[in-house]
Amino acid sequence: MIKNVEQLNFLRDKMRKEMALRRGVEAEAAEMGGRMQILVCGVAGCQSSGSLGVYNELKNLIETNKLEDEIKIISTGCMGLCALGPLMVVYPGRVMYTKVKPEDVAEIFQSHIMEGKPVERLFAVDNDGTKIADALGQHSFYTKQLKIALKNCGTIDPYSIEEYIGVDGYQALAKVLKEMDPEDVVDTMKESNLRGRGGAGFPTGMKWAFAASQQKRQKYVCCNADEGDPGAFMDRSVLEGDPHSVIEAMAIAGYAIGSNQGYVYVRAEYPVAVKTLKAAIQQAKEYGFLGQNILGTDFSFDLEVRLGAGAFVCGEETALMTSIEGHRGEPKPRPPFPAVKGLFGEPTILNNVETYATIPRIILNGAEWFNSIGTEKSKGTKVFAVGGKIERTGLVEVPMGTTLREIVFDMCGGIPNGKEFKAAQTGGPSGGCIPAEALDTPIDYDNLIALGSMMGSGGLIVMDEDTCMVDLARFFLDFTFDESCGKCSPCRLGTKRMYEILEKITQGKGELEDIEKLEVLARNIKNSALCGLGQTAPNPILSTLRYFKDEYMAHVVDKTCPAGVCKSIIKFKIDNELCRSCGICKKHCPVGAISGDKQNPYIIDQDKCIKCGVCAQKCPFNSILHRERKGV
Amino acid sequence: MANECNGCEQALAMEKALDEVIARYKDTKGPLIPVLHEAQAIYGYLPFEVQLRIAEGLDLPLADVYGVVSFYTGFTTKPKGKYRISVCMGTACYVKGAEAILDKFTTTLGINVGDCTEDGKFSLDACRCVGACGLAPVVMINDDVYGNVIPENVENILKNYEEA
Repeated sequence: MIKNVEQLNFLRDKMRKEMALRRGVEAEAAEMGGRMQILVCGVAGCQSSGSLGVYNELKNLIETNKLEDEIKIISTGCMGLCALGPLMVVYPGRVMYTKVKPEDVAEIFQSHIMEGKPVERLFAVDNDGTKIADALGQHSFYTKQLKIALKNCGTIDPYSIEEYIGVDGYQALAKVLKEMDPEDVVDTMKESNLRGRGGAGFPTGMKWAFAASQQKRQKYVCCNADEGDPGAFMDRSVLEGDPHSVIEAMAIAGYAIGSNQGYVYVRAEYPVAVKTLKAAIQQAKEYGFLGQNILGTDFSFDLEVRLGAGAFVCGEETALMTSIEGHRGEPKPRPPFPAVKGLFGEPTILNNVETYATIPRIILNGAEWFNSIGTEKSKGTKVFAVGGKIERTGLVEVPMGTTLREIVFDMCGGIPNGKEFKAAQTGGPSGGCIPAEALDTPIDYDNLIALGSMMGSGGLIVMDEDTCMVDLARFFLDFTFDESCGKCSPCRLGTKRMYEILEKITQGKGELEDIEKLEVLARNIKNSALCGLGQTAPNPILSTLRYFKDEYMAHVVDKTCPAGVCKSIIKFKIDNELCRSCGICKKHCPVGAISGDKQNPYIIDQDKCIKCGVCAQKCPFNSILHRERKGV
Repeated sequence: MANECNGCEQALAMEKALDEVIARYKDTKGPLIPVLHEAQAIYGYLPFEVQLRIAEGLDLPLADVYGVVSFYTGFTTKPKGKYRISVCMGTACYVKGAEAILDKFTTTLGINVGDCTEDGKFSLDACRCVGACGLAPVVMINDDVYGNVIPENVENILKNYEEA
């Protein structure tokens, strides 16, 4: 139990020494007797690609060679470069190994650990083909990043509160409790201009100020960890990699607004995040950062985890609170805003995981420091989960104002297989597409809205020429109409109608007036739906119509799908000039739709064809196509 | 109780476990959803009788309990398979061909999405983003995650669950 700041600082100094290798201070490390520290990413992507096997293999080798005292292995949170996982980083030297398989561990052990010769073949390869040992410091995936929210992700053991303390953890809480009045904390948050990282970008300080000004005995601090936007996984990564930063920030928020109880609402689909967070809360209680009289002051604060149950709408603030109360997660009209009347009818603030993870740094480094990063109206950094048709998928944290081109091409290595960038989708089902023309726009809240998209929680899905934008809009509307809670009719009925029209268009049955109908419906739903889900549901349609109207026209007028995605209207055809009559397609067709032989040209019977695409995949001469050949 | 009974002992044990859960949460604020989560962990699903017992135990109208169960996709009133297959339909997975993988599972297992095979071994669902977008497309079977799945792999993945 840590009872005061002196004890906290004592533990921090001790842990700093133990973690000296990771700070690159080898002289201090020698003092502690450790020779090497090896970090293995143990969550999300890396775990799925087998990092546990790597960890166990390494542990075995170290134990059989009796090196436990010299070499420490640490299972960490996400290091960001998910595409190249499992990842391992060896200190001193910060050498990163990528795509490590359990079979590779013996070589790393012998060559690097025993003989001091790093294994080059497992280094990360940069855009120009060079192999880089210190990827975290020199690889272009990392060089443009600035980590604030993700600062500790992938560098500390998420299950060790002491490691968190060793990187200045709970210092921000100590600072506010000992040196600042609640009003000072709210002022600092206001001055920092931090905007909510969960989607809409509402100023965090203003939200806190509203709640702080309420004269009520009971108030609540909530954390939105119901990360429902498909394609976004930064909140998951923070909870799995650095859960204490969220706990610390929520306690700070409690002090600032005068609340003694917090709730973290996590989606049940993230079992590892739930487990890590619960363990961290337990530790925080044991060490005295949660509970009664924190750090010897008269401030008390407690936290409880609540699980979602698979409803996207519960990411909306009023629905989330209704769900914690134990009801169907239906939103309520605002005002009254939650800061006035929220959870259980009391003043409540709700912030997102990434927002909280940013707060301890702001308290420690000051509002001015935070204001020095980012663009005029969007300060600080933003985490993006980059996925889809991209070479290096993963998590990146960049200063606001970084361009999409820098993220997609410089950091993430561009589009695989020589294909062309078509668009990036941000904001999930509430957002829109950013076309190639806008690759050089600096990304911040306001620029994305001007482009017809939104920041959302930071999912960034890259699409190439093989993605049909009409089908993509249909995909999102399928999502929103399914997730509509049904409380208000513009959303309940409107999203379904829009989905039906899109379905009709992708089946080649669309008419010109359908496009007009879509536009009218979209505008009306935007203006009349009760909550954010409905108000933003038309965005994927409006934005694809704005930038890719030609694709809608191709489906409606020419009854073709230029990307070759919409099965009902594509036709597979054999180009007889390229066909060498090898017969492979005929052999593989599962429904016997292909006829022909050496004398007679091969043809596909369109009535029999089920459009499975096997023939096109198997053809060695690339002579079977289901769309116009590019450049012809 | 509606679940498959291997003698009354098991059913009674489950009932006891459920009563303990209800007692533990009775004084918590907003107890219904945590209780439903734990009840589903005990029974595997939430049949009518379990909902009724929870309603009585927490002193809530049955309609409220049923309303909550039917609202959230995480709660199910149908039994699930021993191995629950979830094909991720998040955006990253979708643009990388998750639909073809779901199709392959339905044809290989001969069941529709949301259903369970007759022997109770596999159930198939299309799920929301699981947050492993770096490995898209992703399939989860119970707690095992399979990344970068292609339709050709589906049969091999299922082979991992063949029992001797």
